[in-house]
Amino acid sequence: MSYREIVWNGLWKQNSGIVQLLGMCPLLAMSNSVVNAAGLGIATIAVMALSNWAVALLRSLIPYEIRIPVFILIIAALVTVVDLAMNAWLHSLYLVLGIFIPLIVTNCIVLARVEAFAAKNPPVASALDGAMMGLGLTLVLIVLGAVREFVGTGALFAGIDMIVPSARAVQILPADYPGFLVAVLPPGAFIVLGFLIALRNWIEARAERRRQRAMSLDTAAAPA
Amino acid sequence: MSELQPHEPSAPGATGLSMRTGAILVVFTVAFTTVMALTYRATKEPIEASAQAEKLNLIGEVLPRALYDNALLDDRIMIPPTPELGLDQASAVYRARKGGAPAALVLEAAAPDGYSGRIDLLLAVAASGEVIAVRVTRHKETPGLGDYIDIRKDKHKDRPWITQFNGKGFAQVPAGEWHVRKDGGRFDQVAGATISARAVTNAVGRALRFAVDNERRLFAAPGSAPS
Repeated sequence: MSYREIVWNGLWKQNSGIVQLLGMCPLLAMSNSVVNAAGLGIATIAVMALSNWAVALLRSLIPYEIRIPVFILIIAALVTVVDLAMNAWLHSLYLVLGIFIPLIVTNCIVLARVEAFAAKNPPVASALDGAMMGLGLTLVLIVLGAVREFVGTGALFAGIDMIVPSARAVQILPADYPGFLVAVLPPGAFIVLGFLIALRNWIEARAERRRQRAMSLDTAAAPA
Repeated sequence: MSELQPHEPSAPGATGLSMRTGAILVVFTVAFTTVMALTYRATKEPIEASAQAEKLNLIGEVLPRALYDNALLDDRIMIPPTPELGLDQASAVYRARKGGAPAALVLEAAAPDGYSGRIDLLLAVAASGEVIAVRVTRHKETPGLGDYIDIRKDKHKDRPWITQFNGKGFAQVPAGEWHVRKDGGRFDQVAGATISARAVTNAVGRALRFAVDNERRLFAAPGSAPS
């Protein structure tokens, strides 16, 4: 598989958030604001690239029968190492992302990519696959987070001062907007995710119709 | 594609294969546990140091500098595990004095019953019996939902949830009403995330009780050498 295909797969064709629908637990729990979504997304990208790379390196040593426990062991150990290292040496970043990192172990997309890709491919391609799957998930997370935060609270970027101290949340609707709690709670995540999946399916279906029309035009034109 | 394919399970070799696979799993477990243990050892000190530095910053947040004039960090006593504070380990109490007279106590406390486990608190109680301020030092509450107990995550920057304890003592809020409104108390909670607020409110009430009851004893206790 070419690097280009890997990128396209992760971002659109096999997007983990709206096509594979893997990793729903953190996706639904953490996408209630842009900052939370971006935080979880960045941590997920790092862990997925790292675990895919590590498994690809060790893949010839892992017996097929026990690959799943070994994969889980590797992922859990790496997440723990990332968690501790960030806490020790990148403490200000840890204060923002720290709570998200243990959540990543529960994300089955990490295990899914290790099993489906890293177990059969060389380290560099695997790391890229992990990063792109993570990025695809991050983009979905950020869109979900933005919609839910906007509908739920009328503002965007709450909590950004933890990442950029001088930045402030942007109040878009009037400050007396009463808020819409459902959007912030997990059901809101399901509802918005449903709309996102529908939107993606619509775009795909339209592209498919165009392709078919172009093809039928080609065949119609060819004999003449 | 040669890697990670099923082995041909031949009848005579089945036991040997199981043993070998088991041994490989043990090797992987030992190897990665070693990696984790080494990382833990390498990061232990920096993590403790940054937790300590954070605590010093936090003391500044719960106790304004103007309220005391002694060397606060040196005027410290260690108290044994105190169930009233929700602590099962010895903890530090800092004693603030102004002109030699008791001004305030800075205590560590914990709420054991958060939505996701323990919530660590730091609070300052004035010698006159009111809470000066409370801060959450460590918690695992749901981000974006229960984490408003942490002032840095609270969306209401003008009037954060945790500040409603400021200036309240048993004279302002009777001892029986140190609960969230949902439980018949006097303190607000955010709808949909009551458990975090309930845990913190109850813990603050218990800690205030302890501080008020033991104030004289705590101020009189001989200080332990500063670390």
